[in-house]
Amino acid sequence: MRYSALSLFLKGLGGNKGWAPAWRSPDPKPHYDVIIVGGGGHGLATAYYLATEFGITNVAVLEKGWLGSGNIGRNTTIIRSNYLLEGNEPFYEFSMKLWEGLEQAFNFNAMVSQRGVLNLYHSDAQRDAFTRRGNAMAMHSVDAELLDREAVRKMVPFLSFDNARFPIRGGLLQRRGGTVRHDAVAWGYARGADQRGIDIIQNCEVTGIRMDAGQVVGVETSRGFIGTKRLALAAAGNSTVVADMAGLRLPIESHVLQAFVTEGLKPFIDTVVTFGAGHFYVSQSDKGGLVFGGDIEGYNSYAQRGNLSGVEHVAEAGVAMIPALSRIRLLRSWGGIMDMSMDGSPIIDKTPIDNLYLNAGWCYGGFKATPASGWCFAHLIARDQPHPLARAFRLDRFARGFAIDEKGVGAQPNLH
Amino acid sequence: MASLLSCPHCGTRPREEFTVRGDATLIRPAADAPQSEWEAYVFLRDNPRGWHKEHWHHTGGCRRWLVVERHTVSHAIRSVVDAGMRA
Repeated sequence: MRYSALSLFLKGLGGNKGWAPAWRSPDPKPHYDVIIVGGGGHGLATAYYLATEFGITNVAVLEKGWLGSGNIGRNTTIIRSNYLLEGNEPFYEFSMKLWEGLEQAFNFNAMVSQRGVLNLYHSDAQRDAFTRRGNAMAMHSVDAELLDREAVRKMVPFLSFDNARFPIRGGLLQRRGGTVRHDAVAWGYARGADQRGIDIIQNCEVTGIRMDAGQVVGVETSRGFIGTKRLALAAAGNSTVVADMAGLRLPIESHVLQAFVTEGLKPFIDTVVTFGAGHFYVSQSDKGGLVFGGDIEGYNSYAQRGNLSGVEHVAEAGVAMIPALSRIRLLRSWGGIMDMSMDGSPIIDKTPIDNLYLNAGWCYGGFKATPASGWCFAHLIARDQPHPLARAFRLDRFARGFAIDEKGVGAQPNLH
Repeated sequence: MASLLSCPHCGTRPREEFTVRGDATLIRPAADAPQSEWEAYVFLRDNPRGWHKEHWHHTGGCRRWLVVERHTVSHAIRSVVDAGMRA
């Protein structure tokens, strides 16, 4: 069924009975052309674009929990394409363009809201760095505006402009950035993929990868063996665990990142603001809660929960940026497991095993990349060659000396 | 991991006093080791789901480097020893 104003109205008249489930719950078939491990945003987007762009529909998406139980349901919903480096900027801008047409494409309300993303700067050096970033964006025809202190004050007057340590001098604004309803992204892609015949199999954990003569022949799962011609891994957070089943050692560490939401408030922030000095970012959800987060906790973790020291650290940075935050109650917090890669950039590539493909290492920027990641990964699986926009995201770039070190901190996953 | 860490020199201290540096099981290759060994040392990680040894620096205390054995799912800590006294 296609959703429309008329279908909503008619179903509403009937007491909202008769809505069909948005996707089926099929039993796994014995064999598929492609199996995608991981039913998160990237895995589902990959399945969707395999069907819509490349005509491959004999595909299964295997998810060990339920759809949206991983990072797609554990982030702070921000989208932007304000990157500096050549390998990154065109890719994230492609993603932004896909976001802009996403809801019409898959007929699902993902609440894409281009409310702007404002990165604050606090020093001359930071201003120069943001000027350079803005220019790099402009060179790729991406919108970027450098605001001075007064322009920032006009937009978000309640910030602490005279912070003793990090006074706000201005900000880099991307007006096309914003937020998207994260669960709806998973649901929309799942529904779109399902409508085109792709099997989405929940509660199906991959426990092993079966190999024969150097090729993957299928996966052992909690629901039995499933054969496949091509295996695609999109198991963010658990990439190491899954790759290990095929004997691969990755340039990735898993780290926990916490995020928070406050009690519901009246409209307060109509944009996304990031505190350049303390790495704090905040927006307001449509339900009224302030949604914010900060740094990863810096040590390896698979726990999907954080610690109080992380809560304190984020709260301190938040109050330093918005003093009024100290009056607001935190409603809840959650933690996601990040694939921290060694240069802070993702991996979309074939592995040394011929029919095994890898989509990993999104650090904590994976949400904004979801559409482009799915598109480029589907291209790689379908055509067996990298999409031009993801050509820099090779697995062997570290060995070759072509790391994409966006933050400039070297091979230190806990600093990216 | 709790919010507390037991330094063998200073006793139980808040986690904020420490700085984490990462995997303590890596062994630095010889200067003339092949490039593949250096690549593995600099970039590749075991990243275990389970017990893991890592370096922590008691930045806000005795400033000694410690090796902490910690479970990456439960965050439980099994041992903390001074990195210089490690067998």
